[in-house]
Formats: sequence, C-alpha cells, structure tokens
Amino acid sequence: MNIDPKTVISMRDCSIQFGKFRAVNRVGFDVVAGEVFGLLGPNGSGKTTLIRALCGLLDFCEGEASVFGLNVKNQSELIREQVGYMSQKFSLYADLTVQENMDFYCGIYGLNRSQALKRQAELMELTGLGPYRYRAAGKLSGGWKQRLAMICSLMHRPRLVFLDEPTAGVDPVARRELWDLLFQLASEGITLFVTTHYMDEAERCGRVGYLYLSELLALGTPKELKSLPSITPADSQRWEIRGGIAAEVLAELRKRSGVQEATIFGQAVHALIKKDVSLDDLKARGLTLSIAQPNLEDVFVTLARQQAIKVGAK
Amino acid sequence: MNLAAWQRIRFIAYKEMLHILRDPQTLFFTLFLPLVEMFMLGFAINTNVRDIPTVVVDFCRTQESRRLIEQFENSGDFKVVERKSSEQAAYDCIVSGRAQVGIVIPEDYSRKVEAGQTSPFAVLVDGTVSSIAAESLNVGNALALRASLEQLLQSRALPVEARPRVLFNPDTRSAYFFLPGLMVVMCQMMATILSANAIVREKESGTLEQFFMTPVRRFEVILGKMIPYVVQTTIEFGLILLLMTTVFQVPIRGHVFLLFVLLLPFTLTMLAFGLLISTKADTKDAAGQMAMGTIIPSIFLSGYVFPLDSMPDIFKTVAYFIPTTWLIDASRGIILRGTDWGTLWKHATVLWLMAIVVTVIAAVRMRKQVS
Repeated sequence: MNIDPKTVISMRDCSIQFGKFRAVNRVGFDVVAGEVFGLLGPNGSGKTTLIRALCGLLDFCEGEASVFGLNVKNQSELIREQVGYMSQKFSLYADLTVQENMDFYCGIYGLNRSQALKRQAELMELTGLGPYRYRAAGKLSGGWKQRLAMICSLMHRPRLVFLDEPTAGVDPVARRELWDLLFQLASEGITLFVTTHYMDEAERCGRVGYLYLSELLALGTPKELKSLPSITPADSQRWEIRGGIAAEVLAELRKRSGVQEATIFGQAVHALIKKDVSLDDLKARGLTLSIAQPNLEDVFVTLARQQAIKVGAK
Repeated sequence: MNLAAWQRIRFIAYKEMLHILRDPQTLFFTLFLPLVEMFMLGFAINTNVRDIPTVVVDFCRTQESRRLIEQFENSGDFKVVERKSSEQAAYDCIVSGRAQVGIVIPEDYSRKVEAGQTSPFAVLVDGTVSSIAAESLNVGNALALRASLEQLLQSRALPVEARPRVLFNPDTRSAYFFLPGLMVVMCQMMATILSANAIVREKESGTLEQFFMTPVRRFEVILGKMIPYVVQTTIEFGLILLLMTTVFQVPIRGHVFLLFVLLLPFTLTMLAFGLLISTKADTKDAAGQMAMGTIIPSIFLSGYVFPLDSMPDIFKTVAYFIPTTWLIDASRGIILRGTDWGTLWKHATVLWLMAIVVTVIAAVRMRKQVS
C-alpha cells in the first residue's frame, strides 16, 4: 500500500464478518498523525469490533487496512508494539496493586528497569496517581481506575492510542480531567482514536466518523457534518420553537405530517419540518419560531433515521 | 526466542504467581483437599476382605461339622455372627443384611464323610458386593478341598503345597496400592482445574482483552501461565510424597528423582489440557465441569482404582492414551518395586510426546481473538 507518512491509520473497504452477521461493512477512512479522531455510533454498531480488527485481534474479511504503514493482516504484533489501548470496561488486574499492574505492563511492553521507573514517574506525575501506588487496583474509584488504565496503555510511549468509550460511567468532573489529559497527549503528537456516546466529547474531536448498523454514514469535522446537505434537506427547515409547554408542543408537532423530527432542548422544541407545512397556527398561538442550526445530535439522529428508512426499503 | 519474549514470559509468570498468592482460599483448598483424600484412602479404605459376617445352620451337630465351621472362622475371612435352625432363617438373615454369607451343613454330613461318600455342604453368598462374593467362593472351595484331602490322606503329609509370598507389599495394605496413584490423580486435578481457570478468569474479568492488545504471543502466554503452576504442582507432589513415607509408612524403593523427571511432562500435559479447556469455556463453572469431564475418565480408566488387566481390551487401548495411566504405572513401579530407567524410558517418551502434542494444540487453539 502506498501511503502518506503522515497517515497513521488507513482503511479501504474493510469488512468484518461474524458468521452470518456483518459487523463492519465496507468501511474506509484515514486517520492522520496528531489528530483526535472520534468514532460515534450506537451500541453494537461495530466500533469496538473495528478497533480490535485494527489491532489484529480480528480479521478483516475484505478490504485493506494498515497502521503506521504496517499491514494489519500479518504485522499486527509490530503494530501492537506502537499502539496503546484502553477499553471501556476496567480491564486491569483487580487483585494486583497499582504498582504491580504498571510493572506488568512495562514488562510486557519490553521496557527495562530504568526505562520503566522513569516512565512510571512521568505518568504518575501526569495523572496524580502517586498516593495510590500500593493500593489494589480493584479498590480504586472509577475515575482513578480509568487513569490507571490510561497509564498502563501509555507505558510504551505509543504513537497511537485507541480509547474505547474511555469516559463511560465516569462523573463529569473526572470526565473533564480525562479529556484534559487526552489533549495533553495530543499536544505531544500522539494520535488519539476515541469512541464515545457523548456529543460534547464528539465536538472536541478534530474529525468525527459516524458508524450505524455496521456502515460508516458520515465523516468530517463537526462543522462539516452539521452543514451536510442531507442533514437539512432543501425542502425542509430546522426550527426552534419557544413558548408554551415544550412537552405539549412536542406531542402536537409529532402528530403533524411533514414534521420529520422533533425533540426537546430545555425550554424549546427543535424540529425538522418540510417547508410546505404551514406553521402560522403556532405563531398565532404566541409561540416564537426561529431558524435553528443543527447540532451534532441532530446530525446523527437524522443520519440514522435516513439510513433506517433506506435499509427498510431494501 | 528473543530477549523481549523471555521478558514477557517472565512477567506473565510473576503476575500469575501473584494471583495464586492473593487467592489464599484457592491455595488452601488445593493443598487441603489432597490431604483429606489421602487420609481417607490411606486409613479408612481397605479393600482386603476380612471378618465377613456369617450365619451358620448346623443340622449335623457333630465334631466334624463343628470342625468345618471352625476352619471357616480360622481363615480370618469369616466371623460367625448368628446360628439358625433352618435354611430359610439363614436366607432371611442375608436378605436383612445381618450376614453376608450363610453356611448350611446337612444332617448327614458326618455320616457321608465317614462312609467315604461325597458330602456336600451349602455356602450361601450375598453377591451384591462382588469382592466379598469372590472371596467367599474361593475360601469355601479351598476349605472343602482341604477337608477332602485330609480325609483321603488320613494322617499322611500333603503331597503339594503352595507357599505364596507377597512381594513389595507383604501385608497387602491398601495404602500401598492407592497412595502412589493418588499423588498422580491429585496433581492431575490440581493442574487441570487451576490452569483452566487461569485464562477463564481473565476472560470473565475482561483483563484478557487488554492483555491481548499488547505485543504478547500465544506461546508466551501459555508458557508464562504454566510456569507457576508447574512449581505449585511439584510442591504439592512433594508434600504428598513426604506424607506417604512418614505418616503412611510406604517406603520408596526406587529413585524419587526419576519420579520428578516423569512428573514434569505429565504436569505440562495437564496444564495444557486446562488451557485448552479455557479456550472453549467462557465461565469458571463451565471450565470446572469440562475439567471434571477429563478427570473422571482418567480416574476410572488409568488403573488408579480398578486394575487395568481386568478391563476389556477396548478400554485397555483407551487407557494407553491417558497420560495418567503412564504416570501411575511409573509411580507404583518406582515407589513399590524400585523400577529403574531401563523400563521407565518408555514412560518418559510417551509422556513427553503427549506434553508436546497437547501444548501445541492448546497454543494453536488459543486464538488470540477475544470475541
């Protein structure tokens, strides 16, 4: 494969098959060095499967994929030497202490004693895990567990880190702190490949891909995604409707034909409505209508709905 | 293998050892269970037939008939617990379980003996316990034969007499038979169950997912996980051996060193079996059941409880494919008979072959994929 040296991950028409189930269908994209790449999609859409395949734990049944220019098919062990992975579930040894977990991963990644000590000190400093060094990993609270998992995945100074829903079930403060750490890593030139369900986290990513029912539906910067023509079709308009009781307005809107999507944001209702539908009666009732820009959630909801219709039509 | 691989194996082995030490409950039971079993088999269980409760119906009531009953009692196998006056009563006695053997001597017993006629007496045997039935029949026949000979020879000496000498286990103690096999079976159980859990535990807790995302190779995982369990199993084997010679007074005639040489490939085979199981099983329970599935046939077919020679040919063939059969044979040979390398090289070859084959299968089966 001929690829740009700045390209960290390169995928072309990659598919993964589990028996009769196609977990990933003809997905292709590139991730370049130093970027924070976000992969979104509902549970079971194939995000984790894709990461496993990129690390060589699963085989692509078709297509070509490389990481750092190394073929995923037969050079996965070399790839894994340069890649870090942090899973969504805590997956370190609960009966071992923080120190023992760190030592284990240092050993597995081939660090010698002095390298290990130096790197551990660095990462403890970065994450503030120092005081918990001799505590059993299973006895740490959620946020600290995540940090330990992160430390262990960074021991070997990987140039690419996969973070599979790193903030699932973590409180907002810890979540913010974790993202601060991630950006610090990104500033050191480490490429981050993150999956998440949180829209605010998606907004932080340089580029975002949306995986739905095993297919990549969209790819681009958050801004590009919001201005995709299919998100706000020419015959429709996104409205923000204020005034009245939002829940009642929502229920009423959902009954009307020509209203494609409607949902509540705080006091207001956001709706995607065909342009030929008259909204005069709403205005007459004293509701204020203003044209709204789609947010990332709108983007994904719309894409998913359109895809579901398309798949259903087949 | 390069330096990095050795380092990974070392770290996996060390981590596995920490898991063992951090789980004192499992450690306790793996060491305690064999002890209990040893005491049961060593002290409680005796397969030798002794003092079978016997009911006697003597219609004859002469000196000859009383002598016959005495001879039965003197053999040590029988103990007269009841005397009845009818055959039916003796039969009822056996049905109720108060006696297992009945001796019925007819009224004309002495008369026929004196007249030189065949003089039958009846021996009723409860056939539900086969070892007792067999023993009763043997002793009954032997006594009748002896009585007949004495009658014929009058006071002359017996022309032929067998002088049996039981080698290696002069008192025919059951401990001699069971303990050398028990050590092997205990090590098998421990090795299989522990190593089956070693991977399944990581599957259940999700740590395997993280672990496999590192550059670790499957042979390294297998070797790294095996090392601490080889040590643990060897220590256990040594402890049982020590107890066997001290508490149970079973002397070791051969070289203990040979035994440990053969133990290594056996343990490796069992550990690899366990790992093989753990690639199939998703939960500890499933792994435990599968492990028992491999252990039970090897207990019954390996000659541990039932002698191989009394098995039908087809099972004998199966037995030769069970590693346990080979190590039990070697263990009894070394401990009881002092068998040496001249015979045991065969066992070593077979066990090493098995170890290599099973380990390779386990490594191949252990797809790094975690799904």
